[in-house]
Amino acid sequence: MEAYGYKEGLRDGLPIGLGYLSVSFGFAIWAVKQGIPGLTLILLSGSNLTSAGQVAGVTVMAAGGLLVELALTELIINLRYALMSVTLTQKLHPSFTLWQRMLAAFFVTDEIFAVSSTRKGLLTFPYMMGLGCLPWIGWTLGTALGAFAGALLPAALSAALGIAIYGMFMAILVPGALEDRGVLLAIFAAVALGLILRYVPVFSFLSEGFVIILSAVCGACVAALVRPVRAGEGEA
Amino acid sequence: MKLYPYLLVMALVTYLIRMLPLAFFRRKITNPFLLGVLHYMPYAVLGTMTVPAIFTSTGEPVSAVAGFLVALLLGLKRRSLIEVALAATAAAYVTSLVLPLL
Repeated sequence: MEAYGYKEGLRDGLPIGLGYLSVSFGFAIWAVKQGIPGLTLILLSGSNLTSAGQVAGVTVMAAGGLLVELALTELIINLRYALMSVTLTQKLHPSFTLWQRMLAAFFVTDEIFAVSSTRKGLLTFPYMMGLGCLPWIGWTLGTALGAFAGALLPAALSAALGIAIYGMFMAILVPGALEDRGVLLAIFAAVALGLILRYVPVFSFLSEGFVIILSAVCGACVAALVRPVRAGEGEA
Repeated sequence: MKLYPYLLVMALVTYLIRMLPLAFFRRKITNPFLLGVLHYMPYAVLGTMTVPAIFTSTGEPVSAVAGFLVALLLGLKRRSLIEVALAATAAAYVTSLVLPLL
């Protein structure tokens, strides 16, 4: 089985970093308007590396909410990371030490998880560090740029940059669906349920974080029922 | 406003959620259904995050659809992540420039 190193990680992380740069740029422009100072935002992005959680966190901060409320909100919105971390444990190279696991865990985001978990072969510590590097820089730098220079980028360009991260997702989804009918089924089931949960008014109490958890878990379960995976086949 | 306690709580909670399972879950899963769930999970997560969000990602549906179609086409051709991401952005950008002229 092939293993990958730091350089391959950096290369795979480049599109994520570019996507993060544009997304965090927008995040910072929005957060400054909520009254949060630029330096606080940079520290926030550098220490959290998460989008939905930070938007929710800034909302609670700006409203002067309780620390308990903040902790609970983060727990619920970011619960999906726990699921992703469990999935990643199944693909870690045996050379991973406890400290390396603890360090690599900092970089578990939706995008880094998606790229690393769909990579063929086992994940090495250098690969994970390389993969996390540019997204972290992009996320933190984009926040700084947005906080202090948000007005400088042409509006049409910053609007178009909003699709970069989704273009990258498509580059993972489409080839995956071409190769594996189970993957295709998982995508369609998750998207269909996600649309129902987002647009049928009865479910409007569900936050975006819960919609992602519910639709993804159900979509994956449907595909796993129809096409289970025997140990050794499939990469998970 | 004293924001640093908030910063600390957010960073700590977010990190622990990621770290505890990754550091301490050591079993090898062999159940075919569970293996299937873990195998399909990343695609299901990405799918539900991409649709419908991609269609509002540029703030305007026509440029977003243009970007989506370009990404779909290049995805079918198995192009790299960065190529697809940049081509979708370029398609959305050009469309948003051309659209007002039509």
